[in-house]
Amino acid sequence: MATVTAAIVGSGNIGTDLMAKLQRHGEIVDLRYMIGVDPDSDGLARARRNGLSASHEGVDWLLRQDDVPDIVFEATSAKAHAANAPRYAEAGIRAIDLTPAAVGPYVCPPVNLDLNLDAPNLNLITCGGQATVPIVAAVSSAVPVAYAEIVASIASRSAGPGTRANIDEFTATTATALAEVGGAGRGKAIILLNPVEPPMIMRNTVFCAIPAEAAESGPLQDKVTASIHAMIDTVRGYVPGYSLRADPQYDPPDPRWRGMARVGVFLEVRGRGDYLPEYAGNLDIITAAAARVGELLGAHLAAGSSS
Amino acid sequence: MSENLQVRLTDSTLRDGSHAVAHQFTEEQVRGVVHALDASNVEVIEVSHGDGLGGSSFNYGFSREEEFDLIAAAVDEATRAKIAVLLLPGVGTIDDLRHAHDVGASVARIATHCTEADVSVQHFGAARDLGMETVGFLMLAHRIGPDELARQARIMADAGAQCVYVVDSAGALILAEAQARVAALVKEIATDAQVGFHGHQNLSLGVANSVLAVQGGARQVDGALCALGAGAGNAPTEVLAATFDKLGITTGIDVPGVLAAADEVLKPTLSRLPFADRSAVIQGHAGVYGSFLLHAERAAQRYGVPAHEILQKVGEAGYVGGQEDMIIDIAIGLAEAAAS
Repeated sequence: MATVTAAIVGSGNIGTDLMAKLQRHGEIVDLRYMIGVDPDSDGLARARRNGLSASHEGVDWLLRQDDVPDIVFEATSAKAHAANAPRYAEAGIRAIDLTPAAVGPYVCPPVNLDLNLDAPNLNLITCGGQATVPIVAAVSSAVPVAYAEIVASIASRSAGPGTRANIDEFTATTATALAEVGGAGRGKAIILLNPVEPPMIMRNTVFCAIPAEAAESGPLQDKVTASIHAMIDTVRGYVPGYSLRADPQYDPPDPRWRGMARVGVFLEVRGRGDYLPEYAGNLDIITAAAARVGELLGAHLAAGSSS
Repeated sequence: MSENLQVRLTDSTLRDGSHAVAHQFTEEQVRGVVHALDASNVEVIEVSHGDGLGGSSFNYGFSREEEFDLIAAAVDEATRAKIAVLLLPGVGTIDDLRHAHDVGASVARIATHCTEADVSVQHFGAARDLGMETVGFLMLAHRIGPDELARQARIMADAGAQCVYVVDSAGALILAEAQARVAALVKEIATDAQVGFHGHQNLSLGVANSVLAVQGGARQVDGALCALGAGAGNAPTEVLAATFDKLGITTGIDVPGVLAAADEVLKPTLSRLPFADRSAVIQGHAGVYGSFLLHAERAAQRYGVPAHEILQKVGEAGYVGGQEDMIIDIAIGLAEAAAS
């Protein structure tokens, strides 16, 4: 089968977890390189053990190679990606960006990836966005959603220094994606860190404002419910630990909600435990989405070069 | 032992009290309360959605009136008092803070769960850049010991907090536990920042804990008229003022004035006063975030399970402030268990 070559730039938690996922499904994406900046990085050591070319000399090293990859997965920081993105583009490398840099369009694999396969740079929103945008898209494909709100709860231990220092960027980026990709009129995102031991598994709650008719039992409500269940199955195709905690909860219009009716969807994301333990579903869902984007983009590029 | 002590009272009727009225404050109520507090020499008055700026939502309940309009009304009504706003990083954003500053708020109170102070660093920086006075809030402070709490206070002080509060969000601290936390913070940050205490009444200790806090070195204390606040309510501003007055602790507050503010201005506008009922005592006992009370009552009604059982489960699960959505999750689970 035709393959594309790839590098991961950023050898921290996200990059190392992504490596495990890409190597598990290696048919389309041939992962060759792992790039970091810390010679003592655990991720680089693991990459070497897994047979990759690993360097702590950053993107400069990668771009010096005779055989630069077709795709780069960026798992550094928004600031680093903003600096690296033009260099990848100049070298003809497609970028799949796991930082909140938002250089390229927001993508969520089951919702809008096919519209963006020719973009030079794809942004994966946030972990909370990958968990919730599909649900908002599922509801808004069945009924109009004037407003969507999500609450993401993650274990304190799974929130690295980047997340902690940039919590406003998380809420702003996720809220924008709920509207732009999810199809809601307006979005709001809330993120909470919980230090309980043993660590809590990532939870996401999605509230969508829906027409009053859909809050009552009947065909319209059935259509919304069916659309949510179908989307859960789709996401489970690449994130096996993604599940509903309960059936969608419908509530009629309420004056305390400014007269809006709503559907509430309660999600759990149990990680695969590739690098961090299974509570870190927040890590898992964005690396799983990145791997999925890599496969689909790889297939698209391979098909393009063989035709 | 209390003579010559000075403390600044911040009244949170129009912020913590927002929980108790399901965020339905009107501009008329805000103006009335601010006018009465300002006339009684209360120096700082907090006005925000109960869950802070940006809290208006499905998860916490929508504000009846736009909170920036209410903040602007409070600023307009106050002649001497500073208007404060609360911000929980992850719920509200720096843009919200900037907006509040634009309409005249001058004190930024930044709140995190007691172990997560580092998520507030960017917000303290922004508040100081705006020229706002800064206060840090370490919520559910009963969840960790004094030394660990002091280390978190250090993070906030280093980020620019001019005062860091021990916040007993569940009304779970009992006397010496409150005082030990205040003392630990004083020891750690006193050279850089003041220490404050925010008490709740779930175990009826809000005022007693506040007295011990001040005697232990706290220089700022929160209250709310008629105890209006989450759970069983806050330490009542008027009781704090009277108690401190009797102890010779200087607050600068006109005691008859705040008694009148509570009795004649706020109370006639309320349909329900906070009370240490079964559910609220469970919150204090199990250490559950105060604002979960009305949400648990609503979930109890919606799913036909007892509110106090929901709150007990919330305590066992260790949910933190902001995780109101988990109340529904627990209620569904209890209802399923009851049906099977």
